[in-house]
Amino acid sequence: MNAWILAFVQTALLLLLAPLLSGWVKWVKCKLQCRRGPAPWQPYRDLAKLMRKEVVLAHNASPLFRATPYLVFSVTVLACSVVPAFAVGLPTAAIADVIVLVGFFALGRFFLSLAGMDIGTAFGGMGASREVTISSLAEPAMLLSIFTLSMTFASTNLDTMVHFSLTRPFQIHPSFIFSGLSLLLVATAECGRIPIDNPSTHLELTMVHEAMILEYSGRHLALLEWASMLKMLIFGVLITNLFIPWGIALIQGAIPLAIGTLSMLAKLMLIGAVLAVSESVLAKMRLFRAPEFLSLAFILSLLGMLSHVVLEVY
Amino acid sequence: MYLHLAHFGVLVSLLAAIAPLPVRSIKTGVHLTFALLGLSGIMSACAGTMVMLSNSRVSAILPIGLPWLNCHQLLDPLAGFFLLLVGGVSAIVSLFGPNYVICSGTDTASARTLAVFTGLFIAGMYLVILAADAFSFMVAWELMSVASYFLVVHDHSQEKNTQAAFIYLLMAQAGGLFILLGFGVLAGSGDGFTFSAMQNASLAPYWEHIAFGLAFIGFGMKAGIVPLHVWLPQAHPAAPSHISALMSGVMLKVAVYGFIRFCYDLLGTVHWQWGVIVLLAGCASALLGVLYALMQHDLKRLLAYHSVENIGIIYMGLGLSFLFASNDIPALAALGLIAALYHCMNHALFKSLLFLGAGAVIQQSGRHDLNHMGGLLSLMPVTGGCFLVGCISISALPPFNGFVSEWLTFQTALQGTALESGVIKSMVAVAAAALALTGALAAACFVKVYGIAFLGQARTEDMLRAHEVSAGMKTSQIILALSCLLLGIFPAPVINSMQAIPTALLGSGLSSIETNSWVWLTPVSARASSYGAPMVLFGICIAWLGAYVLLHPRRRQTPVRFSPAWDCGFGPLEARTQYTASSFSQPIRRIFRPVWPIEEKVTPPSGATNGGRYSIHIGDWAWDKLYLPLGHLIQRSARIVARLQGGNIRTYLTYSFFTLIIMLWIVS
Repeated sequence: MNAWILAFVQTALLLLLAPLLSGWVKWVKCKLQCRRGPAPWQPYRDLAKLMRKEVVLAHNASPLFRATPYLVFSVTVLACSVVPAFAVGLPTAAIADVIVLVGFFALGRFFLSLAGMDIGTAFGGMGASREVTISSLAEPAMLLSIFTLSMTFASTNLDTMVHFSLTRPFQIHPSFIFSGLSLLLVATAECGRIPIDNPSTHLELTMVHEAMILEYSGRHLALLEWASMLKMLIFGVLITNLFIPWGIALIQGAIPLAIGTLSMLAKLMLIGAVLAVSESVLAKMRLFRAPEFLSLAFILSLLGMLSHVVLEVY
Repeated sequence: MYLHLAHFGVLVSLLAAIAPLPVRSIKTGVHLTFALLGLSGIMSACAGTMVMLSNSRVSAILPIGLPWLNCHQLLDPLAGFFLLLVGGVSAIVSLFGPNYVICSGTDTASARTLAVFTGLFIAGMYLVILAADAFSFMVAWELMSVASYFLVVHDHSQEKNTQAAFIYLLMAQAGGLFILLGFGVLAGSGDGFTFSAMQNASLAPYWEHIAFGLAFIGFGMKAGIVPLHVWLPQAHPAAPSHISALMSGVMLKVAVYGFIRFCYDLLGTVHWQWGVIVLLAGCASALLGVLYALMQHDLKRLLAYHSVENIGIIYMGLGLSFLFASNDIPALAALGLIAALYHCMNHALFKSLLFLGAGAVIQQSGRHDLNHMGGLLSLMPVTGGCFLVGCISISALPPFNGFVSEWLTFQTALQGTALESGVIKSMVAVAAAALALTGALAAACFVKVYGIAFLGQARTEDMLRAHEVSAGMKTSQIILALSCLLLGIFPAPVINSMQAIPTALLGSGLSSIETNSWVWLTPVSARASSYGAPMVLFGICIAWLGAYVLLHPRRRQTPVRFSPAWDCGFGPLEARTQYTASSFSQPIRRIFRPVWPIEEKVTPPSGATNGGRYSIHIGDWAWDKLYLPLGHLIQRSARIVARLQGGNIRTYLTYSFFTLIIMLWIVS
């Protein structure tokens, strides 16, 4: 029972941390570009304001359009409950393994793209078309790079994978380098960051994610924004805990949990800073350059898997 | 007793074929046929389920057939599973059928032919599954093929339909020939045409390979693996929609059944080379099927290409199963087989659902091109809702059924490290990559289908005439949608009851499935992977409720306001400014450019008209590179052979004379 409560607390904590991470990325980015940016907690204010605003719907919006924000949000929350963030051995981890996690993101994206096409504006269709194109290349790369790890740890359960990588003697796997790189590339694409998509643009011809949610307003928009912040957080947690798992609590005591929380925060700050640096030095790609970027990710993940199969299996 | 029930089902479906002949009114006749078909479907499904659950094996010898070969029949768990599929889907489709046939405005004669051949077609499928000797198998197989030819050619007023049906018949016959030869190889080495004699036949390895090759091509032609798939995208749009649902949903599965029966049961020992071939064919079919589907804008043609994709996924599971079986790891071979069979069941359900939905849409709007559709969800809410379930299921998204079988296939592929050869291990890894890519592209394709057809604004006036279909048509779609959801949420009990099939064929079930758990699906071990589908649904509901409660006070204060969509200040939005099916898939077309033969034509605006024309035609490489040259070759050689045919009786007499002399020479 305690473990269930802990899982619940972890989910709630991640949910609350998500806006802070995107605020942090924005803040670091502003500092790097010598601008006086908004405070890191600005996203909380934005969300609160959006929740208070009224919802304006187009006349021909279908029930699917109204249900999508709730669905996307709840699927993302569920995804965040199965990722080991502060502690391993939580009961929620058994609900879904990493393939199901990728399936959750795909489900959210499926409905978001449909909602983009619901009103029948050109922007919505454009965003949906681009989103499914990008994701149809990013998703297999993500699965493959995680499969390399799963084959090493003989498990697709995230929890088991993290636990196993902590308890066995430290080894360096060449395949992990490939899959780690690939996962980083995929994460930028999946979270709609530079160089694939720019979350802060509303320039018509370059929008992807923003084009799909253009018709949303008020609390619907707040849920969608929150879900996309949460998705970025999940990717951050996933990458850091799979490749640098140290610090996460193996047993459920007060001190290990405190260490787990602190190390998680430190890792997230680090990966947020890395993202801010990469967004400052890179420019957004043209849409038709994106496939090259993503095929690089795909090839890297395939190389990782093959090098695992060829070099590391006896 | 089970076999009697199954035979009774066959008899009732044959009765359904002849019952409407004496009835004068179309309406009564059609209702009578479909009522009987429904009854026979329920009986067969019951027989199949009971055999599978009781894990029994009943056989019988019927006093019909050839004098030296009576009709052997067998019902074991494998046959029972497929009987359940065929019977269940036929029963559900027969709810859809009556109103669909009546509303499509057929005359008495064509309604009668439709009824006769539907009955024969379904009876043929039952008999294929029940057959236990080569002779009755082939007779039933041909009954199924020929009856379905007449169903495809049913709307013969359009030339392209007759052409499609002819191609279908040609390929079905060629495939039948290969299967016959395959049986011939087995019967030649054994001592007879019964399946039990074939099992005991001891073949030299190269004869085993030849028999496998023949069966692979023969059953593959019916199942529609690349490049033997070309009849599918032509025949499915031509056939009436409920027939497409049956053909795509269950007839392809009958071919898969034949293949499994031939390889695992009749040949017995499988070789690793077969696993490699089946796995590669599966990957190619899955990837090319979904890529071709993405480029289609005819709704039923698109769905037909998706059948190719799904058969590919089934073959991937089978190929992995063959590989593990040949490496003597029966538990993992059982996992691959279960994944393939579960996908058979799922595909039967969601593809029938999608074809029935497509039928309802096409009947209501009179259009079958996606680029003419739009906005149907508000006009046909039930059909639209069920179609959405079908789209989610086929895109392999949790918590629906398509996801479970793809998840199982992934789990099988991830156990590839247990294999011996390094090359095959890497190949299995690449197969997992292909499966991941297939799933993602399928989701992209169904966003396109649903977004273009059901959402947005109506692209033609015809759409506005559409309204919700009748109760029977709705009920059948709702039942299929619910079963998609149920199979997605409770996979563990279903897979538990399927354990009898791999146990009978491979001598081992899944190693560690928890027998009394209905929540957790742990195909390999609880440590390696687990999926709690009911928990997923529960979790989504809880989170949804949380978000709803959180936002509820706001909903009171600021009610939703309706206004026109944002038009960037350029005046009202038109339906023509929306993305079309072709423009939606344009980025993917550009990325995977060499996959399709594309003819693009841009006509610049000329003089008075402003705005040019753009047309695009996307062909099929298999057709251009394989079948057309083959057809030309046959035509050319036929022309050469035709020279023998002078039309002069004296020449013919000379031919006979010389033939006679050569024969005598050989005999002496």
